Amino acid sequence: MNGMPSAPESPPPSRSRAVYIVDGARTPFLKVRGRPGPFTPVDLAVQCGRPLLLRQDIPVQAFDQVILGCVNVLPTEMNPARIAALRLGMGVRTPAFTVQINCGSGMQSIDTAFRSIRAGVWDLVLAGGSEALSHAPVLLRPEAVKWFADLRQGSSLLKRLRTLARWRSGFLKPVVGLKQGLTDPVADLNMGQTAEILAHLFDIGREEADRYALSSHQRLARAQTEGWLADEVEPAFAADGRIYTLDDGVRPDTTLDALGKLTPVFERPFGKVTAGNSSQVTDGASWLILASEQAVSKYQLTPKAVIIDSAWAALEPQIMGLGPVLSVTTLLKRQNGKLDDIDLWEINEAFAAQILACLAAWENPDFCREVLGLDQPPGRLDRERLNIDGGAVSLGHPVGASGNRIVLHLVNALRRKGLKYGIASECIGGGQSGAMLIEAV
Amino acid sequence: MSGDILRTLRPRAMEFGPLQGLDQTVAERPWAHWRQTQDENRVVWLFFDRAEANVNLLCETALRELDQILDNIVRDMPKGLVLRSAKADGFCLGADIHEFYGLTDESVVMDKLQAAHAIANRLAALPFPTLAVIHGLCLGGGLELALCCDYRLAVPGARMGLPEIRLGLHPGLGGTVRLPRLIDPVKAMTLMLTGRTLDAREARKHGLVDDIVEERHLRNAVEAIMAGQMGGHPQGVKARILSTRPARRLEARLMRSKSADKAPPEHYPAPEALIGLWEEHGGDAELMFDAEIASFARLLTDSTARNLIRIFLLREKMKEQTHTRLPAPDRVHVIGAGAMGGDIAVWCAYKGLRVSLYDRQPEVIADAMARASGLCRKKRLSERATREVLDRLIPDLHNRGVSSADLIIEAVPEKLEVKQQIYQDIEPLMKNGAVLATNTSSIPLQQLRKVLNRPERFVGLHFFNPVAKMQLVEIVRHDATDEMTLAIAQTFVGRIDRLPVSVASAPGFLVNRALTPYLLEAMVLLDEGVAAETIDRAAVDFGMPVGPAELADQVGLDICLSVSELLRNHFETAMAPIPPWLRDLVAAGELGRKSGRGIYTWKNGKAQKDKHAPPADDETLDRLLLPMLNACMACLSEGIVENENLVDGAMIFGTGFAPFRGGPMQYARSRGYRDIESSLSLLAEKYGERFSPDPGWAERA
Repeated sequence: MNGMPSAPESPPPSRSRAVYIVDGARTPFLKVRGRPGPFTPVDLAVQCGRPLLLRQDIPVQAFDQVILGCVNVLPTEMNPARIAALRLGMGVRTPAFTVQINCGSGMQSIDTAFRSIRAGVWDLVLAGGSEALSHAPVLLRPEAVKWFADLRQGSSLLKRLRTLARWRSGFLKPVVGLKQGLTDPVADLNMGQTAEILAHLFDIGREEADRYALSSHQRLARAQTEGWLADEVEPAFAADGRIYTLDDGVRPDTTLDALGKLTPVFERPFGKVTAGNSSQVTDGASWLILASEQAVSKYQLTPKAVIIDSAWAALEPQIMGLGPVLSVTTLLKRQNGKLDDIDLWEINEAFAAQILACLAAWENPDFCREVLGLDQPPGRLDRERLNIDGGAVSLGHPVGASGNRIVLHLVNALRRKGLKYGIASECIGGGQSGAMLIEAV
Repeated sequence: MSGDILRTLRPRAMEFGPLQGLDQTVAERPWAHWRQTQDENRVVWLFFDRAEANVNLLCETALRELDQILDNIVRDMPKGLVLRSAKADGFCLGADIHEFYGLTDESVVMDKLQAAHAIANRLAALPFPTLAVIHGLCLGGGLELALCCDYRLAVPGARMGLPEIRLGLHPGLGGTVRLPRLIDPVKAMTLMLTGRTLDAREARKHGLVDDIVEERHLRNAVEAIMAGQMGGHPQGVKARILSTRPARRLEARLMRSKSADKAPPEHYPAPEALIGLWEEHGGDAELMFDAEIASFARLLTDSTARNLIRIFLLREKMKEQTHTRLPAPDRVHVIGAGAMGGDIAVWCAYKGLRVSLYDRQPEVIADAMARASGLCRKKRLSERATREVLDRLIPDLHNRGVSSADLIIEAVPEKLEVKQQIYQDIEPLMKNGAVLATNTSSIPLQQLRKVLNRPERFVGLHFFNPVAKMQLVEIVRHDATDEMTLAIAQTFVGRIDRLPVSVASAPGFLVNRALTPYLLEAMVLLDEGVAAETIDRAAVDFGMPVGPAELADQVGLDICLSVSELLRNHFETAMAPIPPWLRDLVAAGELGRKSGRGIYTWKNGKAQKDKHAPPADDETLDRLLLPMLNACMACLSEGIVENENLVDGAMIFGTGFAPFRGGPMQYARSRGYRDIESSLSLLAEKYGERFSPDPGWAERA
């Protein structure tokens, strides 16, 4: 794999049709607590989709398309987008598909809608992301599957007895699907290890990472107390009458000291990446309603933002966390902008060290010149504009939903602060990244 | 999930075999109620297709035609016979009850039944294989006809049973003989004694049908059966044991005690008649056929069956009110997720409507969600069906569901200003054609509507607690309600499978107005030192589902108090005074079942009663009952409700008034209006003005 930048410098896309973000809502992000949570991916999508559709005076069957990002699709919910659309009452004649690009899935759904609306194909799209990591399956080992098949297909008693004798107790040792899913098969590295690599390459210290994590929790806690998430998070109601109203991974009273005491989880004993400075394993879903100018006037909608542009980039899987630097730079180049032109940033906090490595990369003249093709660093990314209400470290990273959530929250944060331009971006397991530039209206 | 495409294709789904000319008019057909054709294997397909009707009912002319058809068929000696219905909705709903209702002469009934039996016996004796294909509903006489066939196939979605017991009867077309011979006799008796219907799977499990076959495989299945690829019906061990009389006697004793729990034999003679029939003649089919006819004729001409059939017909009438040709509202919004609002929303979702449920407190909505799960569990819905119900019930914390709703039901606490404020807030958001309904039980609609710019689309929809059980909904009109709004309300009530009664907006409407004097008189009796158990027993012995003291606890003493106060304000002389202790109990939070203590102490949802309380004297029952009857008559005199029949329907379906009595007005009629009037006068002399008879008794006598 060679590490040259690959993002082509395509001409600015035509702006003939504006694409609006009309509204959006998400579920609370629910921390996985060792057992299947109350909601499947489709349940989660229904939970936040219902109140969202209720908010707008759009006939629920008027949507041209439903797109849902989801990585860990349950065997009982193949093509979760379609099941969610039907369960939301959006009508049998509304097409729906699911997209999967790991941590970028929830943004991929927005981007697909954006490009098609801009091209005049669709007028009204529900685009979301959903993930129930707590429902990730426990798998049978391939050796065990083979053993069972041999046993079933054994043509004679003798053959079956021979198969029986080949039984090994290790066959029943479960393979945790989630753990497998978070391991890159090409680089043969766990996601946490990719963050360890970045921490090393960009010299990010343990304390710096912990400090970042602490501020993530503090920012989210403040946003919750101030009610800044009230319009964004819709409570989820379980069948048993239990109700989930808040992102429950937040630890408002955690301290630098407490974070410092955690042992590294991915590379013991000397690593820097701990459970405290990584994103949490979480269930959650998020939706946005995207509309063309025509749909906005037809249904008399009040848009919240316009999507200006988006960009995707790819790099070596073992340093996947650096992805945002590439996709964002591509986006800024195309729009003739600098880091400082952007009022607010949402960059998914896969790992504190990974985010900090991205910031460091933009400040490194060699990296900017060699990799990004910039004569000099594009300026500093102001931490006070980045993830101002916390991020995946404090509220969790339901992989299929995160890319959607950051765009949704960016819209709401820009509006709250009366600001204009925002970029949302995320690194993507496997060595990719997406970035999206929006303008509040 | 069903949309327009499947709707378009649906008529193609049903298998009509070789039948051609589906669009023939009745005049072009040789038979009015049947269609007959023969397939390439010389199997006759006979379709029951009652003329000028959407559903099949077994009537005398249809049976006579069947007789002639069987004549012809036997002459041709085909290879087999397939019997099914040509109606989309089902096989047959049973005998046409109109042909029996009002017959008072046992021997006339017996003649009719004997003729019908002869035709059924001919069908049963055909010398070639016969097969009934059952889809949709197959009840009573319909199932008895199917029982005459050698084989029965159910199409998924079929539902069958012998529910005659619910009309105070038992099967009368040979069902009491044929069912216990086809399936486990004890199961057969249980089905007939409870009147329960079985779905296709249960029916197969019971052996009532031989198999379940999709429409798409029906032709192949018929071919296979006619080729002899289906086994016979060997008698089980149990059936052989129960062919002896002593064995039946033992079982019968068990059945007696079980059915006496549900329906006291002194009020409901049919279960005992059915048990006796089987105990006596279960071993001899010939004798049992004759005994069934005699027993059926006896039951039919008795007052219990007459009253129950009348109620059945009344229910049909009330249901007809909901057939308005208007599209039913399919987006409902309920404001207030408390006990009533929550349960109304849950019921709507259960019945297939998308309903948003608004409350400011998420916990209250969550509680309604849990109740929805509970209802689905109780109704034994599959996981998938349960999920669909819960998906349709949309929590709404910001009252956003208003603008997309076709019907908005307000069910917030009974405070005029609160309700009016809500109306003012939501009226500008309501879409064109939407209806606003209130579930108020005590505030006059004329007052509520004052803040509305368009009062014509405002109406009362008064549900009863528990919503999932009480079938009645009072549709309350006021001086400005328009006809369209009433029609939409009626359509909605039909859509959620409830029974409407149209009433004028007067305090208490009909049901509470009638019920309150009954409850208050019970309290007066309590004050006189009569035990609550004694009072309740008098009412239960009369046939009420529960007595007034227990009912007051169930409804909630707080609600009783507020309704009583309202009614006392308007009809002071007609109501017993409210005892001070009622206010004390309410103030102390002892509200009845919901708080564990009221008139009774409640444990696990059951009132703790002293079993040794003395029985009531004769006057007690009249003191309880007659004020209720008097209030019913007052409602008629004041034009609150249209006629006596609707009063009976409302009181039976809204309060459970002893159904075998036919309702309060029917009971009054059987006693004589003059007798009611004079009894009331006597009580008035003794206990005061509240018993003064309404002038309607004399006028209508």
